[in-house]
Amino acid sequence: MTKVDDNQATAEFPRPLLLTPAQDWAGWLVRKASRTALLAITATSILAVGLILVFIVREAWPFIRDRGLGDALGSTQWYPQAAGGREQFGMLALVFGSLYVTAGAMVLAVPMGILAAVVLSDIAPFSVRQAVKPVIELLAAIPSVAYGFFAVLVLAPLLQDRLGLTTGTNALNASVMLAIMAIPTIVSVAEDSLWAVGRELREASYACGATRAETLVKVVIPAAHNGIFAAVILGMMRAIGETMLVWMASGNACRIPSPWWNLTQSVRTMTATIAGEMGETPKGSVHYSALFVVGLMLLVVSMGANLVTEVLLLRARRSSGGRA
Amino acid sequence: MIRKKVIGLLAAAVLVVVGSVAYLAQAQDAKAPAPARPMTLQIEGSTTVGPIADEFTEAFKKLHPDITITVKKTGSGDGAAALIDGRCQIATMSRFMKPDEFKKAVDKGVLPVAHAIALDAVCVIVHPSNPVANLSVQQVQDIYTGKITNWKELGGADAPIVVISRDTSSGTYESFSHIVMGKEKMAQTVEYVNSNPQAHSRVATTTGAIGYVGLGFVDDKVKALTVNGVIPNKKTITAGQYPISRPLFLFTNGYPELGSNVHAFCSFYLTEKGQEIIEAKGFIPMTSY
Repeated sequence: MTKVDDNQATAEFPRPLLLTPAQDWAGWLVRKASRTALLAITATSILAVGLILVFIVREAWPFIRDRGLGDALGSTQWYPQAAGGREQFGMLALVFGSLYVTAGAMVLAVPMGILAAVVLSDIAPFSVRQAVKPVIELLAAIPSVAYGFFAVLVLAPLLQDRLGLTTGTNALNASVMLAIMAIPTIVSVAEDSLWAVGRELREASYACGATRAETLVKVVIPAAHNGIFAAVILGMMRAIGETMLVWMASGNACRIPSPWWNLTQSVRTMTATIAGEMGETPKGSVHYSALFVVGLMLLVVSMGANLVTEVLLLRARRSSGGRA
Repeated sequence: MIRKKVIGLLAAAVLVVVGSVAYLAQAQDAKAPAPARPMTLQIEGSTTVGPIADEFTEAFKKLHPDITITVKKTGSGDGAAALIDGRCQIATMSRFMKPDEFKKAVDKGVLPVAHAIALDAVCVIVHPSNPVANLSVQQVQDIYTGKITNWKELGGADAPIVVISRDTSSGTYESFSHIVMGKEKMAQTVEYVNSNPQAHSRVATTTGAIGYVGLGFVDDKVKALTVNGVIPNKKTITAGQYPISRPLFLFTNGYPELGSNVHAFCSFYLTEKGQEIIEAKGFIPMTSY
């Protein structure tokens, strides 16, 4: 850096650095206009989310008004097509099914995904990382209907023949397939954040005499925890919002398994119900409105999950004393 | 230089204008003589009848090359709605119109007329290794309502029954539920799949499974049960002996004017070619000579 002479500095700025609007009305106008334009662009995405919410609530409202939510949330009897006014819209089993397969998928995908990310960023040789990471990211690009075919034609018979289950399309099948779908997302995002921790921290840790394992567990992973949390949230959102795969793999039996921890029974998720039944439901009917109530619940559940993780993240930040 | 270019451009513009006017005039001449026969035919409705309508369209276009036909396959209910709203001339339906659909149609001045064009049978299928060969309609109903849950109650092996149904928005579900279930509800343990091939593959790979598909989807990888002692095949279905069968319909607004394209299309099933198509698609022609 060269030393700047005071005289030279003033010579470089012949005009005052800050102009009043009267002095530079054109610049002032451009600044105002571009600020407003950028704000509008930012607001568009929020507006879109808001409009989606408004639309779903508007379509769901007739059901909530006429039947209330007590019956919908208190019963597992989902018989939207029953004849002669005996339709029942108990959504408890659907909500449970969604949470159930998502939780199952997360139990498998989170440890595997994070471990794989750690291995790729810190343990495997650089050349391996360069080769493996694109392949894992490619997995995220496989359409879910292809996973669905695999679930029905390969995994389901396998579960029946090897594990002796009566039915192969069940919560276990859906959880395993969802985990496979969520892992690429988790690995990719988590690995990026581990990578971003940088050499300085790692070398400082080694310089303090920490072993490689200590450096990983006590320095690198805590430093990257924000990114890892984000990876888990993204993976979870992928699992809870997935439709085609669960519609094919979970069996779609509309009930809560008994006993509830029995993963080998088939369940039905909210997304699969909407996708499977929206096709031929007449617009404006009770069933149509009920499906929007299911959609609203899906939105509430995923927003709730998002919120909880945000709060957890905030708490983790505070307790670790960090700022970012 | 510039003047030459301008002249050239002008000449080109004049040519284009004259050409398009001549073309338009010609097109109008061609359109003028046949106002009675609509040149486009909108067909909408059932996913079951859709493939028949598609093949009919192919064959029909060879006979009448100047007609444009579009076939939409979204579901019987959509077909009825489209006919009522006047969005199509022919609605394909795998069930008869429901009373409230009829009422809506009449209120809007549409008089739905049914043309039964083919028969479709719903076959109850099990895994080929299953010793059970015959069930009554009542027994099938009991399986789907959850009253019977083990094959040993039906003389088979001691294994739980995996009950597989089509999704509730499919035409096959509607006719199965109408004919077999009546007013009974399916048990909560029933699994749902979203297509005939998927129902077939689930039953073919699951030893304890029972499912139902159209006659065209029965092959040697699954075993079609006899129902009430009647085996599902062309003969028993056209004779009305096989209990789980249904006619497939085309619906039009009033009986189509004789000689119109709609009339020709709706009576195409009577031709030899039409019957061949229906059989090739795995359905059964109305007539059995």
